Amino acid sequence: MLTLDRATYDGIVAHAKRDHPDEACGIVAGPEGTDRPERLVEMVNAAGSPTFYEFDSTDLLRLYREMDDRDEVPVVVYHSHTATEAYPSRTDIGLAMEPYAHYVLVSTRDHGNNDGPVEFRSYRIVDGEVTEEEVAVVDALPDHPPEHADETAEHQGDPDGR
Amino acid sequence: MAVEVRIPTILRPYTGDQKSVEASGGSLSALIDDLESNHPGLKDRLVEDGDLRRFVNIYVNDEDVRFLGGLEASVSDGDQVVVLPAVAGG
Repeated sequence: MLTLDRATYDGIVAHAKRDHPDEACGIVAGPEGTDRPERLVEMVNAAGSPTFYEFDSTDLLRLYREMDDRDEVPVVVYHSHTATEAYPSRTDIGLAMEPYAHYVLVSTRDHGNNDGPVEFRSYRIVDGEVTEEEVAVVDALPDHPPEHADETAEHQGDPDGR
Repeated sequence: MAVEVRIPTILRPYTGDQKSVEASGGSLSALIDDLESNHPGLKDRLVEDGDLRRFVNIYVNDEDVRFLGGLEASVSDGDQVVVLPAVAGG
């Protein structure tokens, strides 16, 4: 299952509507090992096309260096389909190279740049195999579990140290 | 002569899960052959029909090798090579 906060979900949908009829693309980065999509990064579709998307190679390197520096991974890789359903195309499947990412597809075919609902679906794509998963949208992602629960307990303890 | 090569997640099964490995060679082509000798199978994921695969990006010191002569790009001791699969689709 993919859990997104409302602001991130809305941000992806707004990006897809804005770039319609070209495909929009981007990622949501999150701390490695957490599966938390925290930081939406809109990317330029270097292909500038209604039927294809590709991150510019210089942008791609900058993005991955930035994530490395922040100990992040691409938790979500998203793009839009502007005339077809929100299901991975054969090309999408062949080029999916992030086995741990949630691949989000948004279809803007019904309302284009205008208000109105979109199809918003998420998949795992591993070794050419597509598995759809549920998408949950919450007001805010759940808090991290406290990393130093013991210390916290000490601070909350008896002020005399007993 | 050692060059650090950063390996993307999808190719780490070839490097025993290491994020970066060392290799040597005066050109990218020689470097990839050296990588292949230590990590069999890797070359096929980078090269197809004697050319770089269209949807794999390789950078030498942050420069896309497509602008440096592709497989003929020169590589020297202390350089850093980064391999990143394209993020692309239809």
